[in-house]
Amino acid sequence: MPEPSDSIVSLHQVEKWYGNNHVVKNMNLDIQKGEFLTLLGPSGCGKTTTLRMIAGFEDATSGIITVQGERVEEKEPYQRDVNTVFQNYSLFPHMTVYDNVAYGPTIKKMPKDDIRKKVEEMLALVQMSGYEKRRPEALSGGQKQRVAIARALINNPRVLLLDEPLGALDLKLRKQMQIELKRLQKKLGITFVYVTHDQEEAMTMSDRIAVMRAGVILQIGSPLEIYNHPNCRFVADFIGESNIMDGTVRSVKGNLLRVETDDGMILTEGDGFKGGEKICVSIRPEYLSISKDVQDGFSVRAKIKDHIYMGTVIKTSLDLDSGKELKFSRFEPDPSLKEGDERYVFWDPAKSVAIHLEAQEVDA
Amino acid sequence: MENVRNRKVQKEKRVRFWSTFYAAVIYAMFYIPVLVMIQFSFNDAKRNYSWEGFTTEWYKKLFTFRNHDLWEALAYSLVIAVLATLISVVIGVLGGIGLKKFRFRGKKFINLMLYVPIVVPEIVLAVAMLIIFMTVGIKLGMGTIVIGHCTFCIPYAVVTIKGRISGDNETLQEASMDLGANRIQTFWRVTIPSIMPGIMSAAFLSFTLSIDDVIMSNMLASARQSTLPVLILSVNRTGITPDINALTTIMVLVMVVGMLLMNGIQRYTAKKEAREIAEIERRISAMNDMAEK
Amino acid sequence: MNAAEKKPRSKLPMIAQVGPVSLWMILFVTIPMLFIVFISFMTRGTFGGVEYTPTLESYRTLADVIYLNVILKSIRVAAVTTITCLLVGYPFAYYIARKPPDIASRLIMLLMIPLWTNSLMRLNAWMLVFQTNGPVNKALLAMGLIEKPVMFLYTDGLVLLGLITNFLPFAVLPMYSSIEKLQNSMLEASADLGAKPSVTFWKITLPLTFPGIFSAIILTFIPALGTYTITDMLGGGKVLYIGNIIKNQFGTIRNWPLGAALSVLLLLITALLIFIYSRFASIEEMEVL
Repeated sequence: MPEPSDSIVSLHQVEKWYGNNHVVKNMNLDIQKGEFLTLLGPSGCGKTTTLRMIAGFEDATSGIITVQGERVEEKEPYQRDVNTVFQNYSLFPHMTVYDNVAYGPTIKKMPKDDIRKKVEEMLALVQMSGYEKRRPEALSGGQKQRVAIARALINNPRVLLLDEPLGALDLKLRKQMQIELKRLQKKLGITFVYVTHDQEEAMTMSDRIAVMRAGVILQIGSPLEIYNHPNCRFVADFIGESNIMDGTVRSVKGNLLRVETDDGMILTEGDGFKGGEKICVSIRPEYLSISKDVQDGFSVRAKIKDHIYMGTVIKTSLDLDSGKELKFSRFEPDPSLKEGDERYVFWDPAKSVAIHLEAQEVDA
Repeated sequence: MENVRNRKVQKEKRVRFWSTFYAAVIYAMFYIPVLVMIQFSFNDAKRNYSWEGFTTEWYKKLFTFRNHDLWEALAYSLVIAVLATLISVVIGVLGGIGLKKFRFRGKKFINLMLYVPIVVPEIVLAVAMLIIFMTVGIKLGMGTIVIGHCTFCIPYAVVTIKGRISGDNETLQEASMDLGANRIQTFWRVTIPSIMPGIMSAAFLSFTLSIDDVIMSNMLASARQSTLPVLILSVNRTGITPDINALTTIMVLVMVVGMLLMNGIQRYTAKKEAREIAEIERRISAMNDMAEK
Repeated sequence: MNAAEKKPRSKLPMIAQVGPVSLWMILFVTIPMLFIVFISFMTRGTFGGVEYTPTLESYRTLADVIYLNVILKSIRVAAVTTITCLLVGYPFAYYIARKPPDIASRLIMLLMIPLWTNSLMRLNAWMLVFQTNGPVNKALLAMGLIEKPVMFLYTDGLVLLGLITNFLPFAVLPMYSSIEKLQNSMLEASADLGAKPSVTFWKITLPLTFPGIFSAIILTFIPALGTYTITDMLGGGKVLYIGNIIKNQFGTIRNWPLGAALSVLLLLITALLIFIYSRFASIEEMEVL
């Protein structure tokens, strides 16, 4: 079992069953010290379960979990050196902000003066100084969030686990908190393990993202890697917006593939593909181009359907002959493009991704 | 690794065993008197002083209706219970809805008053009402007993209903009126059906409280007729006859069967609704799939 | 319909719904309660009943040693009952509350069924169990723990048992309600922050379930204080508690003002407890069912 010296949390062949439900399947994960790692995936993919197994609220059915090199399966949550920020904050309603934040040190029987100093420090860190005597019910969502973070961080955990902490906040506040959390993490140098289903959030904050589905990590890498080189259809579809076309490889020249789709021929770059192989091709809306003339290697014809002004970009929907819809985005409007106009679609083959089809990837 | 996990599992198993044992002991303590009561309905003795053998004659005797006292007392109790339940449920349900919805002067006072019969010992309530009735000159009898029962049933009904009403009911009523129903129609077609489980709970609670009541029924009764519990109380000195056991056993059986039926009906309708909803969802997703293609 | 014809929002719906219950409460609770306080300050009539001459005679009688003893004894017994119900009932309520909801509601239902049997018959059953030649004595004799059958009947001990078994469900229900509302994430947060289970219990579980505990206290102590059927049946008239004395004043003895005064005493104790409760929670949130 390879153990990179920099990994602070390791999961090795971890499985979790709930009765007949195989919730986490043979998970192997090495979380690096000081990194911001996000477990990203749709509901039910096992990301929260994985987090809870690290925290100690769930026991793995089998497998090894280590924190800083030490095996933790037998350790209760209060024996582990990790702390959690909960989805609904879980602040103790019968205690003031001060008592909530001071809880961990109080349990450890730290001297009162030391506790007071630390609490003041923590509250200043999350910009909640002055709120010591308030009760949780008198705080807004964002404020509760900060107190929860202070309460967790005051214990100097090696790893901070965050379970969709921003889900209940409105959009503007959420974006603000994302930046603050990221800054905090960089400043403190603590490892953050973050769980969310919001891929924009993951892309904004993470050093690495582990995309999960049905109990398995499909791909793990930096946001840029995952965005530009998704290794499967699901990841391509889940992260950002994407156009995915299915087709068959007609010819392979070096790493340039000619692919035949229901709507015409397209070109893409890709390694390790064979002629006759059924694949799918993913191209981001911002890399799509259209022209009145047919381009070399591309023969996909499309009709302009409608435009949506999103503020920063304009998204145009294109209807293909097969009934499929492509999305095409650009920064400036083109008044010459009217609904119903016909254009040809093409792109730089280096910008599209060819993806093998897995046997089980028959999507639902 | 396996040892560690096993230790944890073993500890959890032990905790579970002892806590179940504890709960079982307590349940046993609750059911011993019930079982003894049932057992002694089969006692072959004139009075229940000690067990003298098994017989079913008391049940036979019951159903030949020869002990008039017993059946009269039961009938009396039932009539009172039904009346008290009806009045309490109507006033209590209306009151519960109104108290949750409206604001008015003295609302805090009324809310406080509602808790008095729940918290104050029944003897104090009974005595207070007795004094008033006798001072004003109202004759004691079925009427006064019913009034007495209602006085502690209404608060329980109100509390039950208030616990079942949520904000949802407000929006349901608004939707109904938005669609053209007036207040009375909304009340009958929307409000009442939506809190029906609460109404049934309140009715069941009122009925049980009334039929088992001793103190009020004793203090506010006329000399002529007693309710069943009061009869039992008076016979206790000389010894309880097994036919009383038989009667009370039958009563509790009827209640248990009734409760099971009610539960069964509730669960059946809930399952039916769930099936219908699942069917609709299935059709919607099928349509969506088709639209995507 | 022009503006002049528009009617103001009718108060009729409100009156129709809130009126009956308010009227009933005032007529049959407020007025009787006030009257009983009034009567306690009146004189006992020569042939029973009331003479409307104000006096503190009844209260002076209460201060008499005999009555004081009974009052203190009743309070003591009610207190023991309450504490026992709390200690026994809290773990029981916790056990049920931690089960999945459908099982929990069935367990609660199982708890309620004995309450549907006539309470007097249940008391009579306890008497049969603890009789001189009943199963308990027989078992004790057989095990050689005693030589002669013990007279359990008509003792304070049996009365206490009757009280505890009678009031335990009423203690369990509000505590169950409170414990059930306790969010699991609170306990997890506490453990996450380093607290052992016992610490979590003292610092988190107990404080957060306090409303239920206090409700249990109110719903056990006060009725136990004012009970008279249990003491009557299991005590056989030999054991005197406040409830019995009050009842007697309105039966054979016919000293209404004294009975009223004792009732006022009970009311005062009740009010005191409620007042303490209201310091911690609003009475409308009291878990009753």
